[in-house]
Amino acid sequence: MNAAATLAAPPTGAHIRAVRGELSGDLLEVSMGPHHPSTHGVFRMIVTLDGETIVRLKPVFGYLHRNHEKLAENTSYLGSMPYTDRLDYLNAMTNNWAYARAVEQLAGIAVPERAEYVRVILAELTRLLNHTCLAGFLMQDCGCSGTPLMYAFREREKILDLFESLSGSRMMCNYQRFGGCRVDPTADWLAGAKKLVGGYGAFLDEFEALLTGNEILLARTQGVGRLGAALAINAGVTGPMLRAAGVNHDLRKVDGYGVYPRFQFRVPLGAHGDVYDRYMIRILEMRESLAILRQSLAGLPAGPVMNPQAKLRGFRPKPGEAYGRIEGPKGEIGFHLVSDGGPNPWRYHVRAPSFINLTLLEDLCLGHTVADAVIILGSIDIVLGEVDR
Amino acid sequence: METLAQLRDRLLARFPAAEVTVVTNPSPSAQHALRVDAHHAREIAGFLRDDPALQLDQCTNVTGIDWPEKEVVDAVRTTVPDPAGGTPRVVEEKIKRLEPGRLEVVYHLYSIALRHGPVVLRLVTGNRTDAVTLPSLTPVWRSCEFQEREVFDLFGVAFEGHPDLRRILMWDGFQDHPMRRDYREPDDYEWEPTPHGDVLAKAKRHYPAPAPSAP
Amino acid sequence: MLGTGILQGLLVTAKNFAGSFHDPARYTTLEYPEAKPVLPEAYRNFPFLVCDNPDDPMGTLRCVACQICEKECPPQCIYIEKSRDKKPDASGKPQIYPAVFAIDTSVCMGCQICVEVCPFDAIKMDQVYEIATADRYGALVLDRAQLAKPNTYFHAIHPTEAAEVDARLAADRQAAEEKARAAALAKAAAPAVPGNVKSAVAPVAKAAQAPEAAP
Repeated sequence: MNAAATLAAPPTGAHIRAVRGELSGDLLEVSMGPHHPSTHGVFRMIVTLDGETIVRLKPVFGYLHRNHEKLAENTSYLGSMPYTDRLDYLNAMTNNWAYARAVEQLAGIAVPERAEYVRVILAELTRLLNHTCLAGFLMQDCGCSGTPLMYAFREREKILDLFESLSGSRMMCNYQRFGGCRVDPTADWLAGAKKLVGGYGAFLDEFEALLTGNEILLARTQGVGRLGAALAINAGVTGPMLRAAGVNHDLRKVDGYGVYPRFQFRVPLGAHGDVYDRYMIRILEMRESLAILRQSLAGLPAGPVMNPQAKLRGFRPKPGEAYGRIEGPKGEIGFHLVSDGGPNPWRYHVRAPSFINLTLLEDLCLGHTVADAVIILGSIDIVLGEVDR
Repeated sequence: METLAQLRDRLLARFPAAEVTVVTNPSPSAQHALRVDAHHAREIAGFLRDDPALQLDQCTNVTGIDWPEKEVVDAVRTTVPDPAGGTPRVVEEKIKRLEPGRLEVVYHLYSIALRHGPVVLRLVTGNRTDAVTLPSLTPVWRSCEFQEREVFDLFGVAFEGHPDLRRILMWDGFQDHPMRRDYREPDDYEWEPTPHGDVLAKAKRHYPAPAPSAP
Repeated sequence: MLGTGILQGLLVTAKNFAGSFHDPARYTTLEYPEAKPVLPEAYRNFPFLVCDNPDDPMGTLRCVACQICEKECPPQCIYIEKSRDKKPDASGKPQIYPAVFAIDTSVCMGCQICVEVCPFDAIKMDQVYEIATADRYGALVLDRAQLAKPNTYFHAIHPTEAAEVDARLAADRQAAEEKARAAALAKAAAPAVPGNVKSAVAPVAKAAQAPEAAP
C-alpha cells in the first residue's frame, strides 16, 4: 500500500469484520473485468477479498491503448482533431475545445466572440449529456436494471440530434478548429437548442422525483467511498469528484477561460465526498448548465465564427510549448503540446481526467464490498478512451 | 504570484547546492519553466508544495518528452593575429558536434488554495541509455503515481522512490518503450506471445513424439 | 414514512409506462428498418466524388488529382494516382484527372477533413449507411467509379450546401471569363507592334470565340 495513503483516515465502520479470527480463511483474488458490464469499458480490477470485504484492489488498464499520442506526432495539428473526438468518446465537443485551446495558446490565435459563445453552448450541452449518461449508468450499476438509464438516454438523444444537425455526427463531431468553429449554427438550430433547454428542467425534475429520495439509493450510496478534500487535491482529482469532496475548484471560475466570466452560475459543493454526493453534484451541475445555456443562447452575438487569419492547411506554429486546459464534464482535460516549428507536434500529451481520478480507486474501495466497488467506480465517471488513449 | 526569476532566487537561497535555471518558452503561451537538477528535485518539490506564498498543492500533469541525440553545428569565431603585424582576421569555423540525447519529464503545478499557476518543473535525465533515473515526486504529490508509471512505461525513465513502478498501459511482459522516437514497431503483428504458447508446450509433452518421416 | 421515495419513483415509472401508449415523447422507439430515421442535412458518413454530368462520370469529375485530400487525411485512407494525359474539364480547360482514386472505407473515419481542404469542391460527404458487405477486404475499398456520384445527387442530399457550392462555382467561372475577356480586349487595344499586325487581330478573334465555347 502507498505511504501517501496515510493522508486520509482509513475507512471504518460495519463494513470491516472486526472478528477476522473467527472465520479465517484464504484471501480470494478476483479479476473484475476486462469483459464486464459494469466497468464502463475494458477495465480490469484485481480485487483481493477477505470474505466480501476488499483488502486490496489493483486497477489494470491499457486494453484500449490506441497510441493516440504517437499518432499525433505523425499527423498534422488539424489531423489530430478527429482523433481527440475519440478520447473521451462521449464528450467530443469538450475534447475538441481543449485541444483547440491548447493550440491557440501555442500559436497565439485569437478566437472571435461568437465562436466563444458557441463553444460555451456546446460545452454545456456536452456537460448535460455527460452527467445524464453518468446518472443513468450509475443507477444501472446500483441495480435499477435500465429504467433510469433509458429515461436518461431518451433525453440525451435530443442533444445528440442537435450535434448531428450542427456538425454532421452525433458523437465524433470534429467541430472545433484553431481560431473558432467549423460551422456557424443556423437560426433553426439555435431555436432547437432553446427548446431543448426549456424542456430539460422538467426532465430533471422527473428524474429527481424518480431517484433522489429513493431509500434504496440512499442506503447504497450514502457513506460509501468517502473522499476527503486534502487527499483529493494531493491526488490531482478534478471535476465533480473534487467538488463533491468539498473543494471549490471549477476551472470555469478559476481560469475564467472563454466567455464564462460573463455568465452567472453557481458551483455546487459536496459535504461528504461519498458516492451520493458525487451523484447529486452532477444533478446540481446539470441545473447550473441549464442556467449558463439560457444566458449564452440569449446573449449570442452576431459575427464570424472563425478567425479569418487562421490557416487550415500548412499550419506550422513556431517552436515552443503550451499547456491548455478546460473544465470538461469529467474534470480538467488538458493538452500539453511541444512544437519544433514543423507541421506535426514534437510532443502531444493528453491530461486525461479519468486516468488521474482513478489514482484513488483503491483508497476509496478498501473496506467496502464488491458491490460498493462497482458503484464507486461508476461515481468516478471514467471513459476508457480517455484513460488509455 | 512572484515571477519565475524571483522563485528561482528563493529556491537557490533555500537550497544553495541545487541547480535551478529558468527555461524560457518562446511561444505566446509564455509558460516558462524551471529546470531543476535531479538530486534536489524532491526537496524542491516539497518546498513548492508547502511554502505559504506558493502552496502548489496540485500537480496536474506529468509529461515525458524524448529528445534524441542531434547533430548541432556551432559557428565559432576566432581572432587570428596577422603575422605581418596588420589587423587581426576573424575566422569563422563551423564545428559539428553531437548533442547527446536525453529524456525530460515536465510537471505542471497549480495551486488550488491560492488559485495561481502553472509553475512548470523540468527534470532531465543524463542520457537515453543508462542514466535514466530520476527521483519520483509521488511522495510529494500523489497524482504523479499513475502518470510517472506512464512515463516509465512509454519512455523508460526509472523513477526512484515510486511506490509501485511497473508498466501501466502496455502489458507486463512488453519490451521496449513505445513513445521513444526510435521505437521500431514489430514486423509481425500476427503473432504475439500469449499464455497459450505455454499451455500448448505443456500439452505436447503428453503426446507421443511424431513418427519419423519416410526415407 | 419509510418507502415514500420508492413509491414516488414508482409513480414516475407508471406515468412513463402509461404515457408510452399515447405520447410520442414517452415512446421514442423508431421501428427500423420498416421506418427509417429522418437524417439532418449535415449528416455525413463516407465521402464521394462529385461529377457534373451523370452520363460521363469519369470525364466530368471535378477532381484534378491535386492530392491535397490524400495528404491531409488523418488515417491516410485515400490513394490517388495522377493521370499522364489531360482531359478537358467542365469548363473546357485541359486538366489532369485522377487515374486512380480509391478510399478504403474500413479505415476512413468520416471526419470530413478531405471535404474541408479540397479547393475544387470535388469531394463531398455522402449519407448512405446501408452499405454492409460480406467481403471484408475488397468490397470496402471503393474505386473512383463507385465513388463518383452526380451533382444532382449532391443537391438531393445536401441541398443548402450544394446550392452554395453551385453559386460559388458559377460566380468564379463568370469572374474568370470576364477576366479573360478584359485581358483579351486590353491586348487588342494595345498599340500594335510593327511587323506584328497579325497578332493584333488574332486575340480579338479568339476572345469572340471563347464565350461561345464556355457552357
